[in-house]
Amino acid sequence: MAEIKQMNSGEEKNNISDKYAKYNRKPVPGAQKGHGPGPGGARGPKPKIENPGKLMKRIMGYTLKDYWFHWIIVIVCIVTNVFASLQGTLFMKTLIDTYIVPLLGNLNPDFGPLAGAIGRVACFYGIGVIASFTQSRVMIYITQGTQRNLRNDMFDKMESLPIKYFDTHAHGDIMSMYTNDIDTMRQMISQSIPQLINSTITVVSTLVAMFVLDIPLTIVTLVMVFVMMYAAKKIASQSGRFFVTQQRALGQLNGCIEETMTGQKVVKVFCHEKEALEEFLELNEQLCDSAYRANKFANIMGPVNAQLGNLSYVVCAVVGGILAVTGVSGLTLGALASFLSLNKSFSMPINQISMQVNSIIMAMAGADRIFRMMDETPELDEGYVELVNAVKNDRGEISESSERTGLWAWKHYHKDTDTTTYVELKGDVVFDHVDFGYNDAKMILHDIELTAKPGQKIAFVGATGAGKTTITNLINRFYDIQDGKIRYDGINITKIKKDDLRKSLGIVLQDTHLFTGTVMDNIRYGKLDATEEEVINAAKLANADGFIRRLPKGYNTMLRGDGANLSQGQRQLLAIARAAIADPPVLILDEATSSIDTRTEKLVQQGMDALMKGRTNFVIAHRLSTVKNSDCIIVLEQGHIIERGTHEQLIEQKGKYYQLYTGNAMAQ
Amino acid sequence: MLKTLGAHIKEYKGASIATPIFMIGEVIMETIIPLLMASIIDKGVGVEGGNLKHIYFIGAMMVLTALFSLLFGIGGGVYGAKASAGFAKNLRKAMYENIQTFSFANIDKFSTSGLVTRLTTDVTNIQNAYQMILRMCMRAPFSLLFAMIMSFCISPRLASIYLIAVVILGTILALIVTNATKHFSQAFPKYDDLNESVQENISAIRVVKAYVREEHENKKFQKASGNIYKIFCKAEGIVAWNGPVMNLTVYSCIILISWIGAHMIVQESLSTGQLMSLLTYCMNILMNLMMLSMIFVMMTMSAASARRICEVLNEKADLSNPENPVCEVKDGSIRFEHVNFSYKKDADIPVLKDVNLEIRSGETIGIIGGTGSAKSSLVNLISRLYDVTEGRLLVGGVDVRDYDMEVLRNQVAVVLQNNVLFSGTILENLRWGDPNATEEECRRACELACADEFIQRMPEGYQTFIEQGGTNVSGGQKQRLCIARALLKKPKILILDDSTSAVDTATDAKIRKAFADEIPGTTKLIIAQRVASVEHADRIIVMNEGQIYGFGTHSELLENNDIYREVYESQTAGSGDFDEKGGM
Repeated sequence: MAEIKQMNSGEEKNNISDKYAKYNRKPVPGAQKGHGPGPGGARGPKPKIENPGKLMKRIMGYTLKDYWFHWIIVIVCIVTNVFASLQGTLFMKTLIDTYIVPLLGNLNPDFGPLAGAIGRVACFYGIGVIASFTQSRVMIYITQGTQRNLRNDMFDKMESLPIKYFDTHAHGDIMSMYTNDIDTMRQMISQSIPQLINSTITVVSTLVAMFVLDIPLTIVTLVMVFVMMYAAKKIASQSGRFFVTQQRALGQLNGCIEETMTGQKVVKVFCHEKEALEEFLELNEQLCDSAYRANKFANIMGPVNAQLGNLSYVVCAVVGGILAVTGVSGLTLGALASFLSLNKSFSMPINQISMQVNSIIMAMAGADRIFRMMDETPELDEGYVELVNAVKNDRGEISESSERTGLWAWKHYHKDTDTTTYVELKGDVVFDHVDFGYNDAKMILHDIELTAKPGQKIAFVGATGAGKTTITNLINRFYDIQDGKIRYDGINITKIKKDDLRKSLGIVLQDTHLFTGTVMDNIRYGKLDATEEEVINAAKLANADGFIRRLPKGYNTMLRGDGANLSQGQRQLLAIARAAIADPPVLILDEATSSIDTRTEKLVQQGMDALMKGRTNFVIAHRLSTVKNSDCIIVLEQGHIIERGTHEQLIEQKGKYYQLYTGNAMAQ
Repeated sequence: MLKTLGAHIKEYKGASIATPIFMIGEVIMETIIPLLMASIIDKGVGVEGGNLKHIYFIGAMMVLTALFSLLFGIGGGVYGAKASAGFAKNLRKAMYENIQTFSFANIDKFSTSGLVTRLTTDVTNIQNAYQMILRMCMRAPFSLLFAMIMSFCISPRLASIYLIAVVILGTILALIVTNATKHFSQAFPKYDDLNESVQENISAIRVVKAYVREEHENKKFQKASGNIYKIFCKAEGIVAWNGPVMNLTVYSCIILISWIGAHMIVQESLSTGQLMSLLTYCMNILMNLMMLSMIFVMMTMSAASARRICEVLNEKADLSNPENPVCEVKDGSIRFEHVNFSYKKDADIPVLKDVNLEIRSGETIGIIGGTGSAKSSLVNLISRLYDVTEGRLLVGGVDVRDYDMEVLRNQVAVVLQNNVLFSGTILENLRWGDPNATEEECRRACELACADEFIQRMPEGYQTFIEQGGTNVSGGQKQRLCIARALLKKPKILILDDSTSAVDTATDAKIRKAFADEIPGTTKLIIAQRVASVEHADRIIVMNEGQIYGFGTHSELLENNDIYREVYESQTAGSGDFDEKGGM
């Protein structure tokens, strides 16, 4: 089943990089992986489907939940349809034996009874057509509806998962559930299952009809069917084997292509075209070879089954002919004709079932992955302290207000005393002996202690991997700490509702992510009900207004593909504006200006300073000039705070900070 | 389009022709079988007392026919697989080879992911379509035709019913297909949008969570998926007519044939066996018609892939070697003469405007300027990654367009801004610069680029395996490896395009010092954001909006260049940098 996962995701472009990782991978013991768990964590041997029966039940349960009535209609339609065509086949016998043979040689034949019989058959056929129409109509609602519900549920679930899930699962793998896995499931629901129902009913009813018509011939047919199934199984296993090789070869080639295309400019610069071609040609040849083998067997399957079907037909014809001629089992000419039709309609569904097996296995593997994701534990929130609008009376007491007052307070219910207190939202953050690691085995931060007062600017500096970003990720509880406490306005943040905690924090991340939508929509993301004016003001504050106005459609310019049509610097400015409009008491800026050149940065800096005014600010930067005016600079090294103080104090200490700050001068 | 693609069938022409021939053979056999059937019933069973001899004979004939049919079927399957897999291989190869001749401008035109999709998904689509066409495109019409002919042989009167059915069903199917494709072509972009929004949410999950927008995103998504539901229900609703219409036609035919056939049998102008054969052909004819409509749908769907592949195949590299190329670069001097440059031929504002520069061999030149001031564009012209739009650019006294490109690029080493390492060992990566470099030479280059120190600390040293995209080394380490790789070329001109941005200042200084001491004869062009990286250069170019805004030594510029002074002042006293330091 592990291979099926591969087969399934192979064609998806989002997955190519993931696949290539499997290619040529040599283990690198001890190689640096950067800080935090990388997206490689979840890889490894793909799990087998342990309980296919249970899984099948779950899949069916999922679609039956909302569409049980539809399914009943479908089954009724299928049964009707099968019987309509079956009675049509059986009619052959009646036609010949009852209506034609007696009339033979009759000079004045009476076609009245025949007309009646044909009229009845026509009625049955008519019902069959209506049933098949109803079936295909209702099936659409089932398939598309189930797909829609599944998508919505998956997305809903995904949004509720903790950040850790996204750290430990390759994005391509998650994406592939929405594309490949849903698609294979759709195919199973829309085609395989109705086909299976249809085939089973057909097989059973045909078998009964065959037994009724003639037992010896039925046995002959059954023997042939077993031969057919055996051959199909043999070929399918061959073809399956080569399909796996093909998928592997495809993955390797895709990986090679992905890598070379990404580095195509480097290939040019180093005149490495010939070498790049060599590897490609070899893999290309391999893929061609395995694709040929896999398709060869898949192609042979059809003719072999068809001819075995024909053979079965011939054998029945000969045996039936002998029986009819000798009259041993009382087989009539009409019965033989009908039987031969039944023979055809018996071997066809068996072929169909054997062809559905593969796609069902694929769909099960996909469903397994989807349900695995659905079963993940969502982000836990045990917080009960809420953020509420508040009013302050003359005596400075705070009480809750139902209107938006601009003043916010933490509503803190104390269970032990059954009282509720209100604490004004100020943005006072305290780290108290905090230890943290992405997993318990390896601690990233050790005994972090710090206090940030409202209005202060706290800067973190340190090398890549020292734990700067990690600290800020703890404040908004993207991750939970192992030991120690973090307090926000004196309240332990684990007691605060996550949503309310995050609402009170503004964050500009290292990697800027924008959403498909207009520039306006993107800034408004920080405050969904912001007016146009507020958006423009926020953009002005971040110094983004200028370039936005120069865009072809100004604030209504559509951004696509993560803002691909903007420069990195422009995207950062939009991210700053987005944070500005949210107007949070605490602001976290993680390398927010790293991609802006120094001259532009100076301009942005003014906006940033305006933005930071009156808030608690956590700033991460690698250009020391941008953090010089901080109230406190914290120097981190491998998860420890090694120095802290204002710029002047640190310079005086002549420690690490001093070294780095003057490193410039040293080089002179 | 077909011609472009067809040209790449090449050595698989034989298989491509054999496949349909086999398929036709199979069809002929399959058409004969019902005929033999009729013979068994009529002349074997139907005659008074039966004719067992005839049954045996025809039975043997039928087995033989089935065997031939099997043979043809297998032949068609095997050759079809061979032809389509081979065709796909040739297409990929042709595209890949053509891409290798692409200039930077050509590469820019297609995005990386665009090229990857064309080489992978699109080719797979074509491969499947090709196999389908080879196997079915001949089979279906021929099968239809043969069955029709046979029917006419048996009874022209009854066969004409089929003819009418074919016309009616064909028209309806054509209507369904054209309508459905119209709806589906509207639906698929929406579907892509939906997937894109999922993708967006996965990569921006931190933003979503930081702004507590889960609900907002859920609502947005539900709306989009609800829309998809409606569109697809509509499109599939059209396709849903297929089955019932088909059934209706088949049933109508059966009833008509039965009624008329019965009359004819009684009148003794038709035999029972013939009636049965006719009914078999009925299914044959109509099923094949259905198959044809499916082939048509499949072909329209793969047309988009074919178009995208052709775009790559037809793209002509816009840089080529001159007829009598100069094969030696004399020295590392560079001269820009009134150079204008723009990426697009019809651009209004050129990226570089009237650039004049004279750089002596062995000089170290710093280049500084804001984002978008065309620093990279300037240096990219030197190794002829792009051609100048107007003016001339001389390297070693010769116009770059007169050099053999490989010779030029081997002498002008560029460390690009977006650096890429390839999966393979460190040593393998370094040898991109010089395939014959000894391990000692590689180490020497790494020492110069200050890369040796961290490589030595890796458990497997120079044999350490670099993952695809260099994910197991840090940004600064990657940059140093790329510098070492370029150094191994022993170039006459070395260009570093912001290549030490992730390297800490002290190491940066060390690398620069090594350059000055060890490769004094090489002309060095260093683009940097940090003044510290360029201030010791012999001369510094200040770029602003595509023009040379200043060119001189550090002290000269400090005195008379306002932009340089501004940048310098904003960076001195506090441009210390924490990247890398101790991060190893």
